[in-house]
Amino acid sequence: MKYTRLRHLLALAAAIAVVLPAASDTFAQSKGTIKIASQSPLSGGQAALGEGIKLGAQLAVEKGKANLEKMGYKVEFVPFDDQAKPDVGVANAKNIIADKDIMAVIGHLNSGVAIPSSEVYKEVNVVMISPANTNPVVTDRGYPNVNRVCGRDDVQGVVGSEFAHAQKIKSAYIVHDKTQYGQSIAEFFKADSEKKGIKVLGFEGTEEKSNFDPIITPIKAKNPDLIYFGGIYDQAAPFFKQAREKGVKSKFMGPDGMDSSDLTKIAGKAVVGMTYTSAAGPASALPKAKAFVDEFKKKFSKNPEPYAAEAYDAATIALKAIEETAKKGKVSREDVSSAVRKAKLSGITGEIAFDAKGDRQKAQYFVLQVVSDDPGKWGDNKIVKQLAIAPPEGKK
Amino acid sequence: MDFDLLVGIFPQVLLDGLILGFMYALIALGYTMVYGVLEFINFAHSEIFILGAFVGVEILLSMKSAGLLDVLPWVLVLLLALAAGMLASGLAAVAVERVAYRPLRHAPRLIPLISAIGVSFFLQDLIRLFESIWRNSFNLVYPTMDALNHRFELTSTIDVSVKSLVVIVASLLMLWALYVIVNRTKIGTAIRAVAEDQAAASLMGINVNRMISLTFLIGGAMGGAAGVLFGVQYGLINPYTGFIPGLKAFTAAVLGGIGNIPGAMMGGLVLGLLEAFAASYLSLLTGGAFGAEYKDIFAFSILILILIFRPKGLLGEVVRERA
Repeated sequence: MKYTRLRHLLALAAAIAVVLPAASDTFAQSKGTIKIASQSPLSGGQAALGEGIKLGAQLAVEKGKANLEKMGYKVEFVPFDDQAKPDVGVANAKNIIADKDIMAVIGHLNSGVAIPSSEVYKEVNVVMISPANTNPVVTDRGYPNVNRVCGRDDVQGVVGSEFAHAQKIKSAYIVHDKTQYGQSIAEFFKADSEKKGIKVLGFEGTEEKSNFDPIITPIKAKNPDLIYFGGIYDQAAPFFKQAREKGVKSKFMGPDGMDSSDLTKIAGKAVVGMTYTSAAGPASALPKAKAFVDEFKKKFSKNPEPYAAEAYDAATIALKAIEETAKKGKVSREDVSSAVRKAKLSGITGEIAFDAKGDRQKAQYFVLQVVSDDPGKWGDNKIVKQLAIAPPEGKK
Repeated sequence: MDFDLLVGIFPQVLLDGLILGFMYALIALGYTMVYGVLEFINFAHSEIFILGAFVGVEILLSMKSAGLLDVLPWVLVLLLALAAGMLASGLAAVAVERVAYRPLRHAPRLIPLISAIGVSFFLQDLIRLFESIWRNSFNLVYPTMDALNHRFELTSTIDVSVKSLVVIVASLLMLWALYVIVNRTKIGTAIRAVAEDQAAASLMGINVNRMISLTFLIGGAMGGAAGVLFGVQYGLINPYTGFIPGLKAFTAAVLGGIGNIPGAMMGGLVLGLLEAFAASYLSLLTGGAFGAEYKDIFAFSILILILIFRPKGLLGEVVRERA
């Protein structure tokens, strides 16, 4: 009974699916629809960054779809909200692979979401180009469809500890958020700091979001030169704020999860002067970024958050690869995947080409310093160091 | 192991634990009062609590944009925020009771419980909807007031900030006021009469519905005050922040003996202290093998132990059978 009804529904849905595009299509010679999806948190505490990824990709699709449309394809951009949760990301991923028109995914923000979701993409070989997932595992699995335009945590953590060492930091206390991203980068930072002779006074993981008092008390008593927070700004900001309020005088440092204007919006003066590493440079440091920033502002009337430029480049590569396969005839997910791996782009974040694993051949790493407690001036943060580093040799 | 360090931070951890404990105690009162009167757990109370925090932050932010925040004395500002938060949460609790619980009062026990969980989701997303339309933001930050952040250094490792003192003093005052209302006034007597036997109370000329509303008003107002104090103390709130403190306060109420007002306070303090000590000491004592992340496991294990030996809670009495 249930099944027959389901079958009727399916038949109805199929009928609609056949009729609708035909009815709405104004191009007589249409070859079908190509969709590019984005997956990032559009709601919740990390929505500011996730929204940036979505808008960056959207802008790229709107600007770059003309060629494909000339060839007779209809190009659509479909944003998904992964809520920064692995289960939601995977559920979305299943919807994505079920929609045969989706040829590429731009996402995610969180490595902990990207890794399980990309297992789903891999089933049908739909390409994922990540603007922001820095966890080594993302590409170390060696999947043919997983790529990223940003750098890696095992490099980023070391960039941080090197900078700390150069600043004559003698002791550090490390706090992380227990996520795949935060904990692993904190571990890379810890391992390399110890190698360089920086004394690690503590290594603490916490999922707490509001009351950091009991964690801060031992830190204050140990009085480290530096506190490193492996995690994301919505948790780091109240932590740093409460630490300063409790009279902790240590310097603060973090990875690219700090890179959002919400950090100063929440923590205010407490984080002025702190440093953070990033695998995605601020728009002001990027060679061709000015036009992008202006266009972004004009279209969405706000500043691009970090990773918006990376998402723009990722979507541009995806479009380019789809175009190339379209020229050869039929567009299939496998062909798009292999075309992305071979693609070369002089994007707004620099030259992009992928290695055999899907890492960017030369990724940019930055050390930045927060200059103002005004969230509007987040884009003015000072670059104190900039490096282009190739990914480490694959250990397989 | 660094023995001096362990001893050195002890007073600070004690203080942290007390502040957290008083916060839990204030929230726990809302659970315990409602349970005392209706024998029903109001799971929407964690949202009533965070609603107070949101009303408080809205008051402070609008004062800030009007330029009043630095002009008016901080005590007055804080009292205004507290009053607004208490009023909003108290009225919201009364409205929730009227809409979601009263029609179900004679339904089986589980039905109002499910209704409460529904109200909880509804309020969370209502707050989220409102804030995303009104301020377009998910996290809201309590504006910094310098006077409140002033710290008294007792020693180089121990200090206490004005706002921590405010939390403790305000909690003590409110707990005292509640005690007086419940035990020394006519209204309190009426509430206790309703708790004991609704039918008999109504025969004595007590308006039962009004007393139940009043219970929700008082419990909600305490929750709202806790919300404002929570925001002032920890600085950052979002629509889902209330859930965890609410759950812990509920645990505190059970630990103290649900339905028992001094018990709620004691349960809150015990839980707050356990949590603070676990978070600060676990990694020091175990050499990093167990970190602060295990604080809840530790605190709740102790709790289970206590409840095994005192199933009715620390101050709970054996609940008499209902006639």
